[in-house]
Amino acid sequence: MNVVINGDAMVLPETVNSVSRLLEHFNLEQKVVIVELNQHILDKSMHAETILTDGDRIEIVHFVGGG
Amino acid sequence: MNERYSRQMLFPPIGKEGQKKLREKHALIVGAGALGAANAETLTRAGVGKLTIADRDYVEWSNLQRQQLYCEGDAVRKTPKAIAAANRLKAINSEVEVIARIMDVGIQEIEELIEGVDLIIDSTDNFDIRFLVNDISQKHRIPWIYGGCVGSYGLSYTFLPGVSPCLNCLMDKLPLGGTTCDTAGVIQPAIQMVAAHQSAEALKILAEDFESLRGTLVSFDVWKNHFSSVNVSSLKNPHCLTCGANPVYPFLDYRNQTKTALLCGRDTVQIRPSALQDVDVAYLEKSLVSQGINVESNPYLLSFKINQARVVVFKDGRVLVHGVRDILQAKNLYHRFLG
Ligand SMILES: [Zn+2]
Repeated sequence: MNVVINGDAMVLPETVNSVSRLLEHFNLEQKVVIVELNQHILDKSMHAETILTDGDRIEIVHFVGGG
Repeated sequence: MNERYSRQMLFPPIGKEGQKKLREKHALIVGAGALGAANAETLTRAGVGKLTIADRDYVEWSNLQRQQLYCEGDAVRKTPKAIAAANRLKAINSEVEVIARIMDVGIQEIEELIEGVDLIIDSTDNFDIRFLVNDISQKHRIPWIYGGCVGSYGLSYTFLPGVSPCLNCLMDKLPLGGTTCDTAGVIQPAIQMVAAHQSAEALKILAEDFESLRGTLVSFDVWKNHFSSVNVSSLKNPHCLTCGANPVYPFLDYRNQTKTALLCGRDTVQIRPSALQDVDVAYLEKSLVSQGINVESNPYLLSFKINQARVVVFKDGRVLVHGVRDILQAKNLYHRFLG
Protein backbone atom coordinates (compact mmCIF):
# COMPACT_ATOMS: atom_id res chain seq x y z
CA MET A 1 0.00 0.00 0.00
CA ASN A 2 1.29 3.47 -0.87
CA VAL A 3 0.98 6.10 1.86
CA VAL A 4 2.65 9.34 2.84
CA ILE A 5 3.98 9.44 6.38
CA ASN A 6 5.31 12.67 7.83
CA GLY A 7 5.76 13.93 4.29
CA ASP A 8 7.62 10.85 3.00
CA ALA A 9 6.00 8.61 0.40
CA MET A 10 6.44 4.96 1.36
CA VAL A 11 5.20 1.49 0.58
CA LEU A 12 3.78 -0.47 3.52
CA PRO A 13 3.78 -4.28 3.71
CA GLU A 14 0.32 -5.81 3.28
CA THR A 15 0.13 -6.85 6.94
CA VAL A 16 0.35 -3.23 8.03
CA ASN A 17 -3.28 -2.37 7.41
CA SER A 18 -4.42 -0.49 10.51
CA VAL A 19 -3.12 2.43 12.54
CA SER A 20 -2.16 0.13 15.43
CA ARG A 21 -0.19 -2.10 13.06
CA LEU A 22 1.47 0.96 11.63
CA LEU A 23 2.62 2.08 15.08
CA GLU A 24 3.99 -1.43 15.75
CA HIS A 25 5.71 -1.34 12.37
CA PHE A 26 7.62 1.77 13.49
CA ASN A 27 8.16 0.43 17.04
CA LEU A 28 6.00 3.20 18.41
CA GLU A 29 3.34 1.06 20.13
CA GLN A 30 4.78 1.77 23.59
CA LYS A 31 5.16 5.47 22.92
CA VAL A 32 2.66 8.22 23.55
CA VAL A 33 1.64 9.29 20.07
CA ILE A 34 -0.80 11.48 18.26
CA VAL A 35 -1.85 10.28 14.83
CA GLU A 36 -3.39 12.45 12.18
CA LEU A 37 -5.00 10.65 9.25
CA ASN A 38 -5.85 12.79 6.21
CA GLN A 39 -5.84 15.93 8.34
CA HIS A 40 -8.10 14.43 10.97
CA ILE A 41 -6.81 13.66 14.49
CA LEU A 42 -7.65 10.12 15.54
CA ASP A 43 -8.96 9.37 18.98
CA LYS A 44 -6.59 6.91 20.66
CA SER A 45 -9.33 4.37 21.16
CA MET A 46 -9.73 4.22 17.38
CA HIS A 47 -6.17 3.22 16.47
CA ALA A 48 -6.90 -0.52 16.34
CA GLU A 49 -10.02 -0.30 14.20
CA THR A 50 -8.90 2.45 11.85
CA ILE A 51 -8.06 0.80 8.56
CA LEU A 52 -5.47 2.32 6.25
CA THR A 53 -6.17 2.75 2.58
CA ASP A 54 -4.01 3.47 -0.43
CA GLY A 55 -3.02 7.12 -0.71
CA ASP A 56 -3.55 7.97 2.99
CA ARG A 57 -1.58 10.88 4.37
CA ILE A 58 -0.49 10.19 7.91
CA GLU A 59 1.29 12.35 10.45
CA ILE A 60 2.68 10.63 13.52
CA VAL A 61 3.89 12.74 16.44
CA HIS A 62 5.44 11.01 19.46
CA PHE A 63 6.22 12.69 22.73
CA VAL A 64 9.76 12.65 24.04
CA GLY A 65 10.99 13.75 27.43
CA GLY A 66 14.54 14.96 26.83
CA GLY A 67 15.51 18.56 26.92
CA MET B 1 18.69 54.79 24.91
CA ASN B 2 21.30 52.70 23.12
CA GLU B 3 20.86 50.55 20.04
CA ARG B 4 20.64 47.26 21.90
CA TYR B 5 17.10 46.33 20.86
CA SER B 6 16.92 48.36 17.65
CA ARG B 7 16.74 45.40 15.25
CA GLN B 8 14.01 43.77 17.27
CA MET B 9 12.01 47.00 17.45
CA LEU B 10 12.36 47.44 13.67
CA PHE B 11 10.58 44.10 13.34
CA PRO B 12 6.97 45.32 12.99
CA PRO B 13 5.15 42.63 15.00
CA ILE B 14 7.24 43.60 18.06
CA GLY B 15 8.02 47.26 17.48
CA LYS B 16 8.46 49.82 20.28
CA GLU B 17 5.22 48.78 21.96
CA GLY B 18 6.12 45.11 22.01
CA GLN B 19 9.56 45.87 23.35
CA LYS B 20 8.00 47.82 26.23
CA LYS B 21 5.67 44.93 27.01
CA LEU B 22 8.54 42.45 26.92
CA ARG B 23 10.36 44.61 29.43
CA GLU B 24 7.44 44.38 31.89
CA LYS B 25 7.26 40.61 31.80
CA HIS B 26 8.54 37.85 34.02
CA ALA B 27 9.34 34.46 32.46
CA LEU B 28 10.04 31.30 34.41
CA ILE B 29 12.30 28.67 32.85
CA VAL B 30 12.05 25.28 34.52
CA GLY B 31 15.24 23.35 33.89
CA ALA B 32 18.58 24.78 32.83
CA GLY B 33 19.73 22.02 30.50
CA ALA B 34 20.11 22.42 26.76
CA LEU B 35 16.62 23.82 26.07
CA GLY B 36 16.74 25.99 29.18
CA ALA B 37 20.09 27.49 28.27
CA ALA B 38 19.00 28.25 24.69
CA ASN B 39 15.66 29.79 25.69
CA ALA B 40 17.23 31.78 28.51
CA GLU B 41 19.86 33.26 26.21
CA THR B 42 17.28 34.31 23.61
CA LEU B 43 14.97 35.95 26.16
CA THR B 44 17.85 37.66 27.92
CA ARG B 45 19.21 39.11 24.69
CA ALA B 46 15.67 40.12 23.71
CA GLY B 47 15.35 42.15 26.91
CA VAL B 48 12.67 40.41 28.96
CA GLY B 49 12.18 42.22 32.29
CA LYS B 50 12.74 39.37 34.67
CA LEU B 51 13.85 35.79 34.21
CA THR B 52 13.76 33.07 36.83
CA ILE B 53 15.72 29.93 36.06
CA ALA B 54 15.30 26.90 38.29
CA ASP B 55 17.41 23.74 38.08
CA ARG B 56 18.40 20.87 40.36
CA ASP B 57 21.67 19.84 38.76
CA TYR B 58 25.24 21.00 38.29
CA VAL B 59 27.35 21.35 35.14
CA GLU B 60 29.13 18.23 33.87
CA TRP B 61 31.46 17.69 30.91
CA SER B 62 28.80 15.82 28.95
CA ASN B 63 26.66 18.99 29.00
CA LEU B 64 29.11 21.22 27.13
CA GLN B 65 28.36 19.85 23.64
CA ARG B 66 24.91 21.46 23.66
CA GLN B 67 24.18 23.50 26.79
CA GLN B 68 25.27 26.82 25.37
CA LEU B 69 25.57 28.91 28.52
CA TYR B 70 28.25 26.76 30.17
CA CYS B 71 31.99 26.51 29.79
CA GLU B 72 34.77 24.20 30.95
CA GLY B 73 35.31 26.03 34.23
CA ASP B 74 31.71 25.33 35.23
CA ALA B 75 32.23 21.60 34.68
CA VAL B 76 35.52 21.61 36.60
CA ARG B 77 33.96 23.48 39.53
CA LYS B 78 30.67 21.53 39.35
CA THR B 79 28.83 24.86 39.39
CA PRO B 80 25.08 24.45 39.80
CA LYS B 81 23.48 25.08 36.40
CA ALA B 82 21.17 27.79 37.73
CA ILE B 83 24.18 29.74 39.02
CA ALA B 84 26.37 29.20 35.95
CA ALA B 85 23.43 30.21 33.71
CA ALA B 86 22.69 33.35 35.73
CA ASN B 87 26.35 34.41 35.68
CA ARG B 88 26.53 34.11 31.90
CA LEU B 89 23.13 35.76 31.36
CA LYS B 90 24.05 38.74 33.53
CA ALA B 91 27.22 39.16 31.48
CA ILE B 92 25.14 39.10 28.28
CA ASN B 93 22.54 41.61 29.43
CA SER B 94 22.80 43.36 32.79
CA GLU B 95 19.42 45.02 32.25
CA VAL B 96 17.56 41.76 32.78
CA GLU B 97 16.84 40.74 36.35
CA VAL B 98 17.98 37.12 36.44
CA ILE B 99 17.01 34.99 39.41
CA ALA B 100 18.80 31.67 39.90
CA ARG B 101 17.10 28.99 41.95
CA ILE B 102 18.97 25.78 42.77
CA MET B 103 16.10 23.44 43.48
CA ASP B 104 14.29 20.32 42.47
CA VAL B 105 10.99 21.74 41.32
CA GLY B 106 8.21 19.94 43.17
CA ILE B 107 4.71 20.97 44.24
CA GLN B 108 5.76 23.35 46.97
CA GLU B 109 8.48 24.91 44.84
CA ILE B 110 6.32 25.47 41.78
CA GLU B 111 3.63 27.20 43.86
CA GLU B 112 6.29 29.59 45.10
CA LEU B 113 8.06 30.05 41.75
CA ILE B 114 4.86 30.92 39.90
CA GLU B 115 4.29 34.13 41.87
CA GLY B 116 4.07 37.07 39.45
CA VAL B 117 5.12 34.98 36.43
CA ASP B 118 3.64 35.68 32.97
CA LEU B 119 4.92 32.62 31.13
CA ILE B 120 6.52 29.25 31.90
CA ILE B 121 8.99 27.69 29.50
CA ASP B 122 9.46 23.96 29.93
CA SER B 123 13.07 22.91 29.65
CA THR B 124 12.89 19.88 31.87
CA ASP B 125 13.93 16.36 31.00
CA ASN B 126 10.99 14.39 32.36
CA PHE B 127 7.20 14.23 32.34
CA ASP B 128 6.78 14.19 36.13
CA ILE B 129 7.72 17.86 36.22
CA ARG B 130 5.83 18.65 33.02
CA PHE B 131 2.52 17.40 34.43
CA LEU B 132 3.18 19.51 37.52
CA VAL B 133 3.87 22.54 35.31
CA ASN B 134 0.72 21.74 33.32
CA ASP B 135 -1.46 21.70 36.47
CA ILE B 136 -0.01 24.92 37.88
CA SER B 137 -0.42 26.59 34.49
CA GLN B 138 -4.14 25.78 34.43
CA LYS B 139 -4.67 26.63 38.10
CA HIS B 140 -3.14 30.10 37.74
CA ARG B 141 -4.09 30.66 34.07
CA ILE B 142 -0.47 31.10 32.99
CA PRO B 143 0.59 29.83 29.55
CA TRP B 144 3.42 27.34 29.21
CA ILE B 145 5.48 26.11 26.28
CA TYR B 146 6.46 22.45 26.06
CA GLY B 147 9.66 21.37 24.37
CA GLY B 148 11.08 17.87 24.04
CA CYS B 149 14.10 16.56 22.20
CA VAL B 150 15.93 13.26 21.68
CA GLY B 151 18.46 12.37 19.00
CA SER B 152 17.70 14.53 15.98
CA TYR B 153 13.97 14.67 16.76
CA GLY B 154 12.08 17.32 18.67
CA LEU B 155 8.63 18.76 19.22
CA SER B 156 6.92 21.69 20.85
CA TYR B 157 3.46 22.91 21.80
CA THR B 158 2.14 26.09 23.38
CA PHE B 159 -0.47 25.53 26.10
CA LEU B 160 -2.85 28.45 26.52
CA PRO B 161 -5.23 27.94 29.46
CA GLY B 162 -8.83 28.37 28.38
CA VAL B 163 -7.92 28.10 24.70
CA SER B 164 -5.90 25.00 23.86
CA PRO B 165 -6.06 21.45 25.19
CA CYS B 166 -3.67 20.81 28.10
CA LEU B 167 -0.87 18.21 28.35
CA ASN B 168 -3.22 15.92 30.24
CA CYS B 169 -5.59 16.02 27.23
CA LEU B 170 -2.82 15.26 24.75
CA MET B 171 -1.11 12.49 26.69
CA ASP B 172 -3.36 9.80 28.12
CA LYS B 173 -0.41 8.04 29.75
CA LEU B 174 3.19 8.58 30.73
CA PRO B 175 5.73 7.23 28.23
CA LEU B 176 7.12 3.95 29.58
CA GLY B 177 10.89 4.07 29.91
CA GLY B 178 11.16 5.99 26.67
CA THR B 179 14.42 6.79 24.98
CA THR B 180 16.24 9.65 26.66
CA CYS B 181 19.16 11.88 25.74
CA ASP B 182 21.36 9.62 27.85
CA THR B 183 20.48 6.47 25.97
CA ALA B 184 19.82 7.76 22.45
CA GLY B 185 22.00 10.85 22.50
CA VAL B 186 21.01 14.26 21.22
CA ILE B 187 22.49 16.75 18.79
CA GLN B 188 22.65 20.49 19.20
CA PRO B 189 20.75 21.43 15.98
CA ALA B 190 17.70 19.49 17.18
CA ILE B 191 17.88 21.36 20.50
CA GLN B 192 18.21 24.69 18.71
CA MET B 193 15.21 23.91 16.51
CA VAL B 194 13.00 23.11 19.51
CA ALA B 195 14.29 26.12 21.42
CA ALA B 196 13.71 28.36 18.39
CA HIS B 197 10.06 27.29 18.27
CA GLN B 198 9.71 27.76 22.01
CA SER B 199 11.32 31.17 22.20
CA ALA B 200 9.50 32.50 19.13
CA GLU B 201 6.20 31.60 20.80
CA ALA B 202 7.52 33.08 24.05
CA LEU B 203 8.25 36.40 22.35
CA LYS B 204 4.73 36.45 20.88
CA ILE B 205 3.17 35.85 24.30
CA LEU B 206 5.42 38.31 26.14
CA ALA B 207 4.92 41.02 23.50
CA GLU B 208 1.19 40.16 23.61
CA ASP B 209 0.81 39.23 19.94
CA PHE B 210 -1.46 36.29 20.74
CA GLU B 211 -2.96 36.15 17.25
CA SER B 212 0.39 35.12 15.82
CA LEU B 213 0.72 32.03 18.02
CA ARG B 214 1.23 28.86 15.99
CA GLY B 215 -1.63 26.84 17.47
CA THR B 216 -0.32 23.46 16.28
CA LEU B 217 1.80 20.66 17.67
CA VAL B 218 5.01 20.96 15.74
CA SER B 219 7.53 18.14 15.36
CA PHE B 220 10.57 17.58 13.21
CA ASP B 221 13.61 15.48 12.62
CA VAL B 222 16.56 17.55 11.46
CA TRP B 223 18.49 14.46 10.36
CA LYS B 224 15.72 12.60 8.54
CA ASN B 225 14.43 15.92 7.16
CA HIS B 226 10.87 15.60 8.45
CA PHE B 227 8.59 18.39 9.51
CA SER B 228 5.04 18.15 10.71
CA SER B 229 2.54 20.60 12.14
CA VAL B 230 -0.69 19.13 13.46
CA ASN B 231 -3.81 20.84 14.76
CA VAL B 232 -4.65 19.04 18.01
CA SER B 233 -7.44 21.29 19.29
CA SER B 234 -9.99 18.48 18.83
CA LEU B 235 -8.22 16.60 21.65
CA LYS B 236 -9.38 19.10 24.29
CA ASN B 237 -11.22 16.89 26.76
CA PRO B 238 -14.20 18.51 28.54
CA HIS B 239 -13.79 15.98 31.38
CA CYS B 240 -10.02 16.52 31.75
CA LEU B 241 -8.96 16.47 35.42
CA THR B 242 -6.65 19.41 34.80
CA CYS B 243 -8.45 21.68 32.34
CA GLY B 244 -12.02 20.32 32.23
CA ALA B 245 -15.16 21.77 33.80
CA ASN B 246 -14.31 20.46 37.28
CA PRO B 247 -10.53 20.49 37.55
CA VAL B 248 -8.84 18.75 40.51
CA TYR B 249 -5.20 19.35 39.43
CA PRO B 250 -4.14 15.76 40.24
CA PHE B 251 -0.42 16.45 39.93
CA LEU B 252 -0.50 19.13 42.61
CA ASP B 253 -1.54 16.46 45.10
CA TYR B 254 1.31 15.70 47.51
CA ARG B 255 0.44 12.00 47.43
CA ASN B 256 1.65 11.94 43.83
CA GLN B 257 5.04 13.48 44.57
CA THR B 258 8.11 11.32 44.05
CA LYS B 259 10.71 11.31 46.78
CA THR B 260 13.38 9.34 44.95
CA ALA B 261 13.91 9.34 41.26
CA LEU B 262 16.28 7.71 38.82
CA LEU B 263 17.50 10.68 36.80
CA CYS B 264 17.23 10.51 33.02
CA GLY B 265 19.03 7.15 32.59
CA ARG B 266 22.51 8.06 33.77
CA ASP B 267 23.01 5.74 36.73
CA THR B 268 22.00 8.52 39.06
CA VAL B 269 19.48 8.49 41.86
CA GLN B 270 18.16 11.65 43.41
CA ILE B 271 17.02 11.49 47.00
CA ARG B 272 14.80 14.26 48.18
CA PRO B 273 14.15 14.32 51.93
CA SER B 274 10.44 14.73 52.68
CA ALA B 275 11.11 18.05 54.36
CA LEU B 276 13.78 19.99 52.54
CA GLN B 277 15.94 21.99 54.90
CA ASP B 278 19.33 23.57 54.49
CA VAL B 279 22.31 21.38 55.26
CA ASP B 280 25.32 22.82 57.04
CA VAL B 281 27.73 21.89 54.27
CA ALA B 282 30.85 22.99 56.18
CA TYR B 283 29.92 20.86 59.18
CA LEU B 284 29.16 17.85 57.01
CA GLU B 285 32.47 18.27 55.20
CA LYS B 286 34.37 18.28 58.52
CA SER B 287 32.60 15.20 59.72
CA LEU B 288 33.28 13.31 56.45
CA VAL B 289 36.93 14.37 56.42
CA SER B 290 37.31 13.12 59.98
CA GLN B 291 36.16 9.70 58.71
CA GLY B 292 39.03 9.80 56.20
CA ILE B 293 36.81 10.62 53.23
CA ASN B 294 38.11 12.87 50.49
CA VAL B 295 35.63 15.72 49.99
CA GLU B 296 35.34 18.30 47.20
CA SER B 297 33.12 21.32 47.73
CA ASN B 298 31.97 24.68 46.44
CA PRO B 299 29.59 27.17 48.09
CA TYR B 300 26.53 25.28 46.81
CA LEU B 301 27.33 21.61 47.21
CA LEU B 302 29.86 19.03 48.32
CA SER B 303 30.77 15.71 46.75
CA PHE B 304 32.67 12.61 47.78
CA LYS B 305 33.43 9.15 46.43
CA ILE B 306 32.62 5.86 48.10
CA ASN B 307 33.77 2.80 46.14
CA GLN B 308 32.15 3.17 42.69
CA ALA B 309 29.61 5.75 43.79
CA ARG B 310 29.88 9.51 43.90
CA VAL B 311 27.61 11.30 46.34
CA VAL B 312 26.71 14.95 45.82
CA VAL B 313 24.97 16.83 48.62
CA PHE B 314 23.24 20.12 47.81
CA LYS B 315 22.74 22.83 50.41
CA ASP B 316 18.97 22.41 50.18
CA GLY B 317 19.23 18.83 51.44
CA ARG B 318 18.90 16.98 48.15
CA VAL B 319 21.39 14.25 47.37
CA LEU B 320 22.46 12.80 44.03
CA VAL B 321 24.11 9.40 44.05
CA HIS B 322 25.96 8.66 40.81
CA GLY B 323 27.24 5.27 39.70
CA VAL B 324 24.62 3.13 41.40
CA ARG B 325 22.29 0.71 39.71
CA ASP B 326 19.22 1.04 41.85
CA ILE B 327 17.38 3.24 44.27
CA LEU B 328 17.96 0.89 47.22
CA GLN B 329 21.72 1.02 46.87
CA ALA B 330 21.54 4.80 46.76
CA LYS B 331 19.35 4.92 49.85
CA ASN B 332 21.79 2.72 51.74
CA LEU B 333 24.65 5.09 51.01
CA TYR B 334 22.46 8.04 51.92
CA HIS B 335 21.55 6.63 55.30
CA ARG B 336 25.09 5.48 56.02
CA PHE B 337 26.70 8.87 55.53
CA LEU B 338 23.97 11.43 55.87
CA GLY B 339 21.68 10.00 58.54
ZN1 LIG C 1 -6.76 18.98 29.76
